[in-house]
Amino acid sequence: MAQAPDTPLAPGALEHELEQADSRSRWLLSLPAIVIITLFATAPLLVMVLYSFLTPGDYGNVIWKFSTEGWTNVLMQRDIFDDTLIWADAHLSIFWRSVKLSLITTLLTLIFGLPTAWFVATRPKGQRELWLFLVTVPFWTNLLVRTIAIQELIRAEGVINNVLIFLHIIDEPIQMMFTDFAIGFGMTYVYLPLMVLPVYAAVEKLDFRLVEAAHDLYASRWTAFRRIILPMIKPGIIAGSILVFIPCLGAYVTPRVLGGGKNLMFGNLIELQFGAGRNWPLGAALSFTLMAIVMVALVYYVRLTSREEKTDV
Amino acid sequence: MSDTVPPRHPARGYSVRSLPGFSIVALFTVATLYAPILILVAYSFNSGTSLAVWEGFSLRWYVQAAQNGEVIDAAIRSLYLALTAAGIATVAATMAALATTRTRRFPGKTMIYALINQPLMVPEIVTAVALLIVFAWIKVATGYTSMIYLIAAHTAFCIPFAYLPIRARLETMDNTLETAARDLYAPPMKVFLRVTLPQIWPGIIAGMMLAFVISMDDVVITEFVKSAGQDTIPTYMLGQLRRVVTPEVNAISTVILAAGAILVSLFFWISRERR
Repeated sequence: MAQAPDTPLAPGALEHELEQADSRSRWLLSLPAIVIITLFATAPLLVMVLYSFLTPGDYGNVIWKFSTEGWTNVLMQRDIFDDTLIWADAHLSIFWRSVKLSLITTLLTLIFGLPTAWFVATRPKGQRELWLFLVTVPFWTNLLVRTIAIQELIRAEGVINNVLIFLHIIDEPIQMMFTDFAIGFGMTYVYLPLMVLPVYAAVEKLDFRLVEAAHDLYASRWTAFRRIILPMIKPGIIAGSILVFIPCLGAYVTPRVLGGGKNLMFGNLIELQFGAGRNWPLGAALSFTLMAIVMVALVYYVRLTSREEKTDV
Repeated sequence: MSDTVPPRHPARGYSVRSLPGFSIVALFTVATLYAPILILVAYSFNSGTSLAVWEGFSLRWYVQAAQNGEVIDAAIRSLYLALTAAGIATVAATMAALATTRTRRFPGKTMIYALINQPLMVPEIVTAVALLIVFAWIKVATGYTSMIYLIAAHTAFCIPFAYLPIRARLETMDNTLETAARDLYAPPMKVFLRVTLPQIWPGIIAGMMLAFVISMDDVVITEFVKSAGQDTIPTYMLGQLRRVVTPEVNAISTVILAAGAILVSLFFWISRERR
């Protein structure tokens, strides 16, 4: 900030002017980023709000006639015979699969991610960064490639089936591809680092003197874990769970590759409306439904982490 | 027992830091993170057509991929797209980072921050179909289908990724050197080029690399925005998965993995430099 020169002119007014000029130049400097994101990320969402209230065209796209059908179709559908509204069972089962698989995936990443985060955080300082690096690298490699790797692992002629047949545990290959198992397994693999990192951050901050105190007071390892460690790393666990849950719910690539055409998740249902389903208003309404759920989780996450930052001080 | 030398580190015998079974699960998990990737890489060197039976070492799938015109076109398109998008995104993100750090609260600061991070908040599939709607409309109205749509979409979602490391870098610096330069009557551009830029370049490079990787990896938005004949490497591979998969896909995957691993290692190394 520039200093106000020591002139007899009203110093308060001058400072105010300088501040305003500073804000203006900062806005100007941010302008390219703001314009690009507004045009190619935010504005399309607003256009989509409009599209969700139009009538679907016969060959995709829309007819410019107001309709709330897109929104009612998220949960309901018209009976083909008597035109009454009934629950859209296909949609409900896809929502249920999305939530179920996202929750299972979150739980699995916690079961494997918590010990991993603990292990990395309790390494000597010199090794810690290397372990953290090892956990992070797969996350930054191509998501599609990692999904293909899982596909090759669990295919009918894949490595897992071949090994099991070789060991005479099974005679026939197990059909794992195109099942809910495949999607859950793939998402756990793909999103595991998102659980490890926040839990790691929580464990690293843990005051081990408190754990020692618990042991001095004859707490067993299990009691110390349950009563001391777990409550203290809970914010990290919740953060990790939300970070895993959100991309799972909106997942598109992993269920498409591993789930095939039958085991759809939320993201694939949206895509379907813009492809074979030819119901763009429904697709738009579904998109906002997904976005609303994700936003609730995000707001919760942001409030949680900002509260944590305050208690850190 | 009492005659032996007492242990130098009593904590080693009973450490509150070790929990039963945790190390085993952790080592298993880290191994599991790498095993599928290593198997995928191994089969890219298989001389047979099968992804299941090992028939010997060969580079034939790499040769086949390198001679496949579609793969080469997609690779060039991916590189062109990622370099352009990451380049523009990094310039815009650097400017925005300079504007939003090292300052008191100014009107609209939170709003700028929220806007820049907006692409991270929305599921990719939602952004993808929203862009499909808008771009389909523009494409029909103008009849103009070029890479510009992909570049625009990629630039937008690359900005927050480029912004984060640059902002992180700026927040570790204070204003004193720049203030000194200005006090000595250096014009603003010179202050930036001679004082600010040399200090923040690791952040800028890191941001650009992150943006590049994110753009190179993108499937969802690209799949919905691309016009006919605009496949990138990821969308080409996604299309291939519908057919009989040969180790050619593994060969392409291996090249992507290797390139990605190098970039990520460099990224870590550069972001470590600041300490």
